[in-house]
Amino acid sequence: MQFSESWLRSLVNPSLTSEELAHLLTMAGLEVEESRPVAAVFDHVVVAQVLSKGKHPDADRLNILTVNTGQGEPLTIVCGAQNVSVGMKAPCALVGAKLPGIEIKQAKVRGVASFGMMCSAKELGLADESSGLLELAEDASVGQSIREHLELDDHLLTLKLTPNRSDCLSLYGIAREVSALTDTSLSPLPKTSFVQTSAKKIAVKVAVPEACPRYVTRVIAGVNARASTPLWMTRRLERCGLRSISAIVDVTNYVLLEMGQPLHAFDLSKLNGDIEVRFAKPGEQLQVLNQQNVELQPDMLVIADARGAVALAGVMGGAATAVDDATTEILLESAFFSPSVIVGKSRRLGFGSDSSYRFERGVDFSMTQAALDRATQLIIDVCGGQAGQITEVLGQLPDRKSVTLRVARVQRVLGMPLESKEISQILSRLGMEVKQNGEVFSVTPPSYRFDIAIEEDLIEELARVHGYENIPPLPPQATMSILPQVEAQRPLPKLRQALVMRDYQEAINYAFVDAAWERDLCANNAPIALKNPIASQMSVMRSSLLGGLLASLRTNLGRKQTRVRLFELGACFMPVNGSYAQSERVAGLVYGAALSEQWGTEARNVDFYDVKGDVEALFAPRKLVFEAAHHPASHPGRSACILLDGQVVGWLGELHPQWQQQYDLPLSAVWFEIEQLPLLQAGMPKITEVSRFPMVRRDIAVLVDEAITAQSLIQAMQAENAPNVVELALFDLYRGKGVTEGKKSLAFRVLLQDTQKTLTDIEIEQSLSQLVIVLQRNGAQLRE
Amino acid sequence: MQELEQILNQAEQQFAAVEQAAELEQIKARYLGKEGSLTALLKGLGKLSAEERPAAGARINEVKQKIEAALNARREALQQKALQSKLAAEALDVTLPGRGLNVGGLHPVTRTLERIESLFHSIGYAVAEGPEIESDFYNFTALNIPEDHPARAMHDTFYIDEKHVLRTHTSPIQIRYMQAHLDKYKHLDTMPDIRIIAPGRVYRVDSDATHSPMFHQVEGLWIGERVSFADLKGVIADFLQCYFESDELKVRFRPSFFPFTEPSAEMDMSWGDRWLEIGGCGMVHPNVLKHVGIDSEKYIGFAFGVGVERLAMLRYGVNDLRLFFESDMQFLKQFS
Repeated sequence: MQFSESWLRSLVNPSLTSEELAHLLTMAGLEVEESRPVAAVFDHVVVAQVLSKGKHPDADRLNILTVNTGQGEPLTIVCGAQNVSVGMKAPCALVGAKLPGIEIKQAKVRGVASFGMMCSAKELGLADESSGLLELAEDASVGQSIREHLELDDHLLTLKLTPNRSDCLSLYGIAREVSALTDTSLSPLPKTSFVQTSAKKIAVKVAVPEACPRYVTRVIAGVNARASTPLWMTRRLERCGLRSISAIVDVTNYVLLEMGQPLHAFDLSKLNGDIEVRFAKPGEQLQVLNQQNVELQPDMLVIADARGAVALAGVMGGAATAVDDATTEILLESAFFSPSVIVGKSRRLGFGSDSSYRFERGVDFSMTQAALDRATQLIIDVCGGQAGQITEVLGQLPDRKSVTLRVARVQRVLGMPLESKEISQILSRLGMEVKQNGEVFSVTPPSYRFDIAIEEDLIEELARVHGYENIPPLPPQATMSILPQVEAQRPLPKLRQALVMRDYQEAINYAFVDAAWERDLCANNAPIALKNPIASQMSVMRSSLLGGLLASLRTNLGRKQTRVRLFELGACFMPVNGSYAQSERVAGLVYGAALSEQWGTEARNVDFYDVKGDVEALFAPRKLVFEAAHHPASHPGRSACILLDGQVVGWLGELHPQWQQQYDLPLSAVWFEIEQLPLLQAGMPKITEVSRFPMVRRDIAVLVDEAITAQSLIQAMQAENAPNVVELALFDLYRGKGVTEGKKSLAFRVLLQDTQKTLTDIEIEQSLSQLVIVLQRNGAQLRE
Repeated sequence: MQELEQILNQAEQQFAAVEQAAELEQIKARYLGKEGSLTALLKGLGKLSAEERPAAGARINEVKQKIEAALNARREALQQKALQSKLAAEALDVTLPGRGLNVGGLHPVTRTLERIESLFHSIGYAVAEGPEIESDFYNFTALNIPEDHPARAMHDTFYIDEKHVLRTHTSPIQIRYMQAHLDKYKHLDTMPDIRIIAPGRVYRVDSDATHSPMFHQVEGLWIGERVSFADLKGVIADFLQCYFESDELKVRFRPSFFPFTEPSAEMDMSWGDRWLEIGGCGMVHPNVLKHVGIDSEKYIGFAFGVGVERLAMLRYGVNDLRLFFESDMQFLKQFS
């Protein structure tokens, strides 16, 4: 909410500078987002009147004016403005004046001496653009300082109000708060002096009193809707960010700003029959003032006449019954609508108003009639007319229950003592009704506070007024205990570090992705979709981290990187039985040279087995099993699912050439994605007796068909449980000369050892021949 | 025995002149070998009288030992020389770059998160986590934000369906943790303090240079029998001063409003001659405690939340939030 400091100071005027006032408000929870002067610094500019105007002898576009500045002889001033006319009043900068950017000196303009400068709004820094002199009111007093005349020594303050402080959505409300904070007296609102001169009234029926506990109207007849709004009022409206529209609307807006009570004026001649406050009927429609046609819903409160809805209660009036220039009779409405009835409507409608903003947060229900009277007075002052009788329909207004406040609790919550005397003073200043019974208070909040329901609400008020700055920061005291640490669980930072040490750079991508990525890379045609995405390429939740990493890879290729190794940790999302499964994963994507270009190492691109080594290292010392399996993202012949203890824990593969082409990658990329949980469940070290007897190595080389995997042979050998075999591993693979096409030569290393004795040749040969038999059974042929 | 002196001199000279180990052994044979001159002298001892023999033998042996010593010294010298030249030939250009894999790096947000976690860990905060697709109940209702409350408009929420949202803050983790904690200690008269931080990704419908639709938050929660607003101020000031490693850093608390805390505060931090908003905090609203079944009369708590990207930007001097999510390696590598 934006407002003028001078308007505020007309209601409460503490001895604080503008800066101090802004600080006070901010530190009391009414954050001043912005404070700026209405006008830049300048002086020696006065209201002047043009007495005569003549052509400059040497310049067509210039005039020579004589100007009355209210001081001494009239001045001769050369002026280039096109709108200048004899008799007009405009600002005149006297010799010696300092304007934004220039200083006025006595000067010759094309040979004619000029003793000052007539000013435009732009020259005074009051507008970004202006054409011609700033024309002042006819009754402006000649010689008066322009700063005084236009009330330019003023600041515009913008408050960023929290939703609980609806009581500060008006000048009077802010003034009341400042008064409480500074213990400065608050001016009463102007008294009304009009008298009721008309008996005319409209019957009102409130069908839903719980939605509209108070509804007050008055007919004002014989108004001149064309009357112009007084300057002081338009100025205040403008300084609060509202443009002048017409006298009647301006008055309702003015009272809204002044007292926080939204008002509405109907053109009485456009209403038909009695007024009813009710919920909308099915199918009912209303064109509102912003020209939108609203399909009313049954939970929307409306003001209706005999023909139907004429206003969306508390939100916006109807276009058909709006006041216009021809209006002569108005029905002025001031009401209290329950916040719960108004709340959420503007969000659903897609538009709100100053009224709905206030009603949904809470409007002071004790001021309904006072605001109506204030507006009546101002309308009669500005537009004339006869005030009618007040019609009030009153239901059950909100009950302000008393709240118990214990001095001891205040101390416990705040961590510092507050004297009961100070507590009582602060609460009284805030308009609360305070009853004290020893160390316990019974506090009743005023009608304008909708945010005081429990003891903590009062404690906040006390802390706020006492000053958050005056509560000491204390080092907390607590019972110490060591935080548990599950040793079998690997901390996440260690997992990240393991990847970093293997030359992976961490990336973080959005969890919402392009639906095309899900379709292409995960064959996921029904991803979890956002109802309100910010962009179509960020419309569904990822079920894999791969898409984001591919996009990151492309970003880096676009920036001339040729070797990219990325990893990401994050959640992936899958629909499951009407709910959503979320699993934390880790994924990597590797592209380009296996090693960064370096001397003495033959350059080659990264391949499946490089990344497989990375994955195995992440799980070490636990052993993984890789099974050839199809994944939509991967090359069908270069894709594996990763198993740990028989459970699939992830995928490893080379990107499918189709996606490589589609995503414009010059080279192929290798990726993996693993569930975090099994990775982190590293388990405890398992200890066995270490043998002191010599370890024996024997190698077995076999020829097998290409189709037979190394892993299947190792598994078969392991299953044999041959005595004393402590390690079985592949150490060589050979194809080519000496090996028939379609076959490959595999060499296994077998380590044997006993914990109790040195193995004999016979024992070694027995175990070895057992393994050879297994290999032969599995289609291998021993190489000699 | 002029002859002996001559032999010794000659041997010493010849050894010194030799440069090859093999040659040295050949020369050795000339003196000490079967046909060697010293061997001949020894054989000649038999011709001497029994009186002369011991003295002559002793002198020959003395010379023999001297020759052997000279031989060994020369052998050693030649070996040393050979080793030196071998080593010289093996010298590397130690300035050539090392080979192998490089080292990658952590994302600056992760680096910041790990730092925050470790700072809070040092005063006994555990880390709690929760789902990112969150139910409307946990994200709003349980946090005292009923449907249609104007405070919901403060959260520009991504909706999945009627009842599920992308969490707009990590506060729902606090609710889940409180429930679990309460259940775990239901057999006790007084539950142990809850002291957690809840880091994680959160989502808001907002995107520009200072807003990202996804960002990271760390929220903290401390619930116990003797926790106060003054403690909250103490912990926050301590944290920010430690995080930025500056004792001069000032922290300011301003009244604010959050549905889940009362009193609520905005935390500002001094930065040069300005105040920067750094997050929100307050005493846990009794309604929130009641929602999870914690006796709000017995227990009091405070909660706070800070934006991780904001802390990272200030700490490292990053001026555009979007850089964090572009995955540009040139940017990311700077945090390795």
